[in-house]
Amino acid sequence: MAEMDTSGGGGHKKGPGVKKGKKLSTRVDLTPMVDLGFLLITFFIFTTTMSQPTAMKLNMPDDRDTTKTNIKQSGALTILLGKDDNVFYYEGELAPDASNFKSSNFKDIRNEIISKKQSTNDVDFFVTIKPSNESTYKDVVDMLDEMTINVVKRYALVDIADVEMQLIQRTEGEPVTPDAATPAKPSK
Amino acid sequence: MSRPKIARKSTSIDMTAMCDVAFLLLSFFILTTKFKPSEAVPVNTPSSVASKIAPDKNVVMVSITKEGKAFLSFGDDADDKARKQDIINDLNSSKSLGLTPAEVSNLVKAPFLGVAFSQLKQQANLQTEQMTGAALPGIPCQDTAHNEMTEWIRAVMSAYAGGSPPNILLKGDNDAKYPTFKNVLTAFKRNDQFHFQMVTNPVNVPMGTALYQQNMAGVKPAEE
Repeated sequence: MAEMDTSGGGGHKKGPGVKKGKKLSTRVDLTPMVDLGFLLITFFIFTTTMSQPTAMKLNMPDDRDTTKTNIKQSGALTILLGKDDNVFYYEGELAPDASNFKSSNFKDIRNEIISKKQSTNDVDFFVTIKPSNESTYKDVVDMLDEMTINVVKRYALVDIADVEMQLIQRTEGEPVTPDAATPAKPSK
Repeated sequence: MSRPKIARKSTSIDMTAMCDVAFLLLSFFILTTKFKPSEAVPVNTPSSVASKIAPDKNVVMVSITKEGKAFLSFGDDADDKARKQDIINDLNSSKSLGLTPAEVSNLVKAPFLGVAFSQLKQQANLQTEQMTGAALPGIPCQDTAHNEMTEWIRAVMSAYAGGSPPNILLKGDNDAKYPTFKNVLTAFKRNDQFHFQMVTNPVNVPMGTALYQQNMAGVKPAEE
């Protein structure tokens, strides 16, 4: 702690107009300053090494390559991304009455992917990711990240079909936008 | 028992030297910190478990803000700047934009390009501080019919044609909606660019998952 040595000046009478006669020796303890210095050092050490953003690779298939890859319906899992981080999925083909259309969220979808992966062969397992126009970039990147986390070898990012879009809108409680191409589906 | 009073000597250490060392180290780290150029385009990238560090040389970056605006920027070293000049000159002649050499060099110095072709002349005449993500409208790629990003990528590919292929980075904001992303992907696909990388924040691999077990077993990930 800083201390002022004032003992050496006792005995002088202080009168108005008397200049300070006693010399005050100040001894400042520098320990807190050293602490501060090291704190700043550690801050800069940590921020320099951790500021590098990483890059996630994405390889897209050539769209003009019209030979369709044959995917077994039994090994196919389709994941749909809605708005507000909603996730829907179905296995195989979408049933006409949408009975296998299920909803989930980002945490549970991993268990789904894992269980589906364990129940099919590696060559047959294929995941299709279809983001809707309301889904965010973060959702898409998170889903692609799930593919990497669960070591899914084959997956594709494709456009969503109108049928699926309507299902999502119905499930999310939005009024279904009438689509000229597909006939109106009877509401469930 | 009377004990001889031991004279207490004060053990105060002179901390001046320690303080000097501390500040020397501090200055060293301050000077070696590479500060990223202040982002005129604020983008919060999502996180991923990808472990490859994003390259900063030979890089062409498309940034997507949360409003869905797309901006194009290039690497900072001399090579990339030279290519940027080639690209702008290429588009200047092919689209007859009428940019003067002074305007071209102003655009080369700009941190990013974010306007439609018709407004490129105006961006060239702006001060660097005025070129922010909020002020500029972004390269139009909102619908498939008017996707100017395709033209930009085409110019990029022809500028880099001779040497090593550029690293194409996509830096999107968390809240950017999918349509813009899809249109940027379309622009890449139309130019035969099927491999690109997305800039993310690093996070650790969640424990217990397949990737975690692979990493523990020392298996190198397949596509690195």
